[in-house]
Order: sequence, then structure tokens, then C-alpha cells
Amino acid sequence: MRNAWIIAKRELYAYFASPVAYLVAAAYLFLCGLFFIGGIAGWREASLQMVHGSLGIVLIFVAPVLTMRLLAREHDMGTIELLLTAPVQSWEVALGKFLAAFIFYAAMTAATGLYVLVLVIFGHPDLGTLAASFLGVLLLGAAMLALGLFTSALTKNQVVAAVLGVVGCVSLWLIDLLSNLFTGPTRQVLSYLTPSGHYYNLIEGLIDTRDVVYYLSFTLLFIFLTAQVIDARRWQA
Amino acid sequence: MITVEHLSKNYGFFRALNDVSFHIERGEVVGLLGPNGAGKTTTMRILTGYLPPTEGRASIAGLDVFEDSLAARRHIGYLPESVPLYTEMTVRAYLDYMAALRRVERRKLAVERAMARCHIEDRADDLIGTLSKGLRQRVGLAQAIVHEPDVLILDEPTIGLDPRQIIEVRTLIKELGQEHTVILSTHILPEVSQTCSRVLIIHQGHLVAEGTPDELTAQVQHSSRVRITLGGVGEEALPVLKGIADVLDVRLLEENTFEIACAPGTDRRAEIARQVVRQGWDLLELHSVSMSLEEIFLKLTTAEEINLSKAEPRPEFDTEDVHA
Repeated sequence: MRNAWIIAKRELYAYFASPVAYLVAAAYLFLCGLFFIGGIAGWREASLQMVHGSLGIVLIFVAPVLTMRLLAREHDMGTIELLLTAPVQSWEVALGKFLAAFIFYAAMTAATGLYVLVLVIFGHPDLGTLAASFLGVLLLGAAMLALGLFTSALTKNQVVAAVLGVVGCVSLWLIDLLSNLFTGPTRQVLSYLTPSGHYYNLIEGLIDTRDVVYYLSFTLLFIFLTAQVIDARRWQA
Repeated sequence: MITVEHLSKNYGFFRALNDVSFHIERGEVVGLLGPNGAGKTTTMRILTGYLPPTEGRASIAGLDVFEDSLAARRHIGYLPESVPLYTEMTVRAYLDYMAALRRVERRKLAVERAMARCHIEDRADDLIGTLSKGLRQRVGLAQAIVHEPDVLILDEPTIGLDPRQIIEVRTLIKELGQEHTVILSTHILPEVSQTCSRVLIIHQGHLVAEGTPDELTAQVQHSSRVRITLGGVGEEALPVLKGIADVLDVRLLEENTFEIACAPGTDRRAEIARQVVRQGWDLLELHSVSMSLEEIFLKLTTAEEINLSKAEPRPEFDTEDVHA
């Protein structure tokens, strides 16, 4: 666990040394700002539903770009060899990398807390609903980042990692559409698997343990799979 | 300190390492010698726990590198051939990171010490990406020793450096060898004779020979050789030289230079000099030729005869096969 934190700290350091991270943060905040203004001007409602409801689409691109570097670059530069010959376990590498991406994402999200301030000053938002909504944003982000981390472990090319990540995220959302084609248990299973249903519960202010468990298990599964890929690539080498 | 038993490694159908066994004692500086693709890097990657072996086992400080990998890795400092470093970090931040991962106590001090030993203190706050190849190599060495490991594994530590940097790195390795067990790979032969107390020669995945440079010479060289240069005397000297006791063969290398092969274990230099002087010839030069590591290496790793460049005529050897 301590190793994961050491790796996370270095990874955060690397984020701030790279222009990509600043660019992603700027794009993320710009898009959120647009949705915020659109929501307020269009609906005249003291909520962030418009911002958070659209975030799923923004994250499809933001998450893979944030994670593409994490392991692809280690493989590309060969630094993975020194990392894995240090007394560090693969899951600690995967977890540390994930934590860095998540902390960066959480910091970006914290910046959107400014909107809450605006809502409180000019209106009467339901703070409980907003809290649940932000929890949803963090959980959805964690899941997408874990997926992006996984695709970054598959290749040494950062662009390939990002493209795979985008395809992965889009596929998850498409399961939702797919579920409409079915009825009965198949539909239930499919709509449980897709992140959208769980997400809309949360941004509407409903904290259901099932939704939280869904996101946490999704995130942990992909961190676990990432560790498996790191080990598997050693056997292949 | 390092024990390797019947180690083999397959990459698909390609057998990169074939039943290699050796043992390295604490405090030895051992050179792993072989042409490119011989299996040196594979051996090192298995020792560091980066690659799993196909067959056989290896242990470091009594810990199996595969089963007890984490514990074994704590005893290792490793410098891979490509010197992979995080270019966006400063030297100090990077060394601190590697020290933290290896649970070094009093990290700040350890980092300062490692930088001092590798002579990069003045570059401590430079970004690694801005450093020259030679400096990066030293940063790589610094991260390998920052946790004071028992065993240092260095893959081609001087490759791609300029001559002055090579000398610096070799000196550094020699210094490190006084406290650490060092195993370094190279395909540059003088490097081994200058830095290593023992040599392991690997060829096509097989360990073909091991020993000190002297032992290897004795193993391969079946005659002691003397080279002489005479003033103004050519082929006509051959019968006289051949007539000296214990001389096995004489060859004319250049106009006036002869190479005399004598029976192993004999020193015929004084007798040769006397004979030359007795003939009234001028003896311009006389020295015994020890077999260079290059020659030993070629002898061990080439199945058929290869003609060396004309400037360095290939010495005559018995054709006994050393592989056997």
C-alpha cells in the first residue's frame, strides 16, 4: 500500500510536468462551464443536473487521455523494467497509477465546486442532491479511469491506449441502448452492467448501495485486470 | 551470493538460454561476456526477477528469484542496458523515488551519497531529459546503488559512452566492486580484463567457459609465444630459430618479425636471444605474447576458423575443440 502511494505521488508529479494534463483540465472545465451556463440559462434551475448529466460524454474522452500515459509510457521508455525489479508488486503499480489519475480528476472536479457557490449565492439548491451528484461524478470517473488504465497497460503506444479507452467507454454506454432490444432478465442484466442507469440515480440525488457497489467493483475489477496484464506482459517478453 | 542452476529460457520456439549454471561469491566482480544475442540480458533479467525462467532456478543471497522474488529483489541494484529513466524528473527527485520504493531509511542522505559516488551532485536539480548519455548512465548507476544493495547487476554499463566516460564508469564499477558483488555484461573484451576478477563466457545461450582471464588463457592457449624483430634478416632466420630446443613452430609475420611458438610452460626468451646474437643478427625487439581475451573469446565462440584482419594475424592454435 505504501508503495502504491509512492508511485501515485510520482505519477502526480509527472502529470504536472506534462502539458497534456493542463490541456485536459482546461478542456474539462471549459465544457463543464458551457453545460453550466446552458443549464442555468435554459432551465433557470438551481441544480447541476445539466452539467453532471452531460459529464458521461465528456468523460469518454477525458478519462482515456488522462490515463493513456500511465503504463504505455512505462513500457515505451522501458522504465517498467526498473519499476518491476524494485521490490514492488504489480497490483501496487496498478493501484498507484490509478490513484494518481483519480486524484488529478478529483482536483478538476473540485474546481467545479465553484458552481455550487454560484448556485448558493443566487438560488436555493438542494445541497443533499448536489452531494449525491458529486459522489456520482467521482464514482463514474473512477470507473472510466480504471478502464483507461487497463487499456494503457495493453500497449506501449499512448495513442493506441487512448483510442482503445475511448472505444471501451463508448461500448459501455452502448450496452444501455442494446438493453432496449431485449426484455426480461437479459434486459435487467444488461442495464445493470451499463454505467448510465447507476449514474442517473446518483445525480438525481438517490444514493443506492447497489449503484455505489457497482462502481467500486467495476473500478477494482479493472485495477485487478491491469495488474494481471502487467504480469502477463512479463511472461510474454 | 548468486547461484544459478540449470537455467533455461525459451522465447516461443527460440531457446535464448540453455542449461546455464554458475555461482558467484560475495565481493566478486564477474563479467558476463558474449556476442550480441548470446543470452546475457536474458540471464540478467531472470536474476532481477523481471523474467520468469522456463527451466531451472536462480537465487540471490539464498532467496529464489522467482518464488521469493520480492525478498530477492531487495538485495539487487539493477541497471538495464537501455538505462530507462523518467526524463521529466530531476535527478534528485528520481533518486529519491527509487530510494523510497526500496524502503531506504534516511533517504535524503542516501540520495546525496549515491550522487556523490557517481559524481553527479552538481546535476542534482537538472531534469534527466536534459542530461547527456554519459550523465544518464551515471544517474542509472546511482539509482542502482542508492539502497546499498548486496548485488549489482549492470547490463552493458559502458555502451554508447565516449572513451573518457567509459574510463570514468569503469573506475566507478571497480570502486563499487570493493563493497558489492557485481555482475556486469559486456561484449567489449578489454572491459572485462580491466574490471572483472572472473569471466563467464556465454555463446548462443550456452555457458562455454568460465574462470579468471589467466585461467581462460591457460585453458585455450597450448603454446607460449614469443615475438621477435630482427634487423635486416628475413626468411633465412627460420631454420635457425626452428632449431632451438622446445620451439614448436616459427612463422614470419612481417618482413623481419617472427612469432615463435614454444612448448607450453617454457620460457625460451633467453635462449632465443642468445641464438640470435650468436648468429650476429641485430635483435631489435623481443617480447612474449600473451593471448588477448579477444583471441580466447574467438577461440571459444567460433566453430570454424575465421580470418582476422591482416593487421592482427591470427595466431596458430591447436585445433582441439574447447567446447567439448
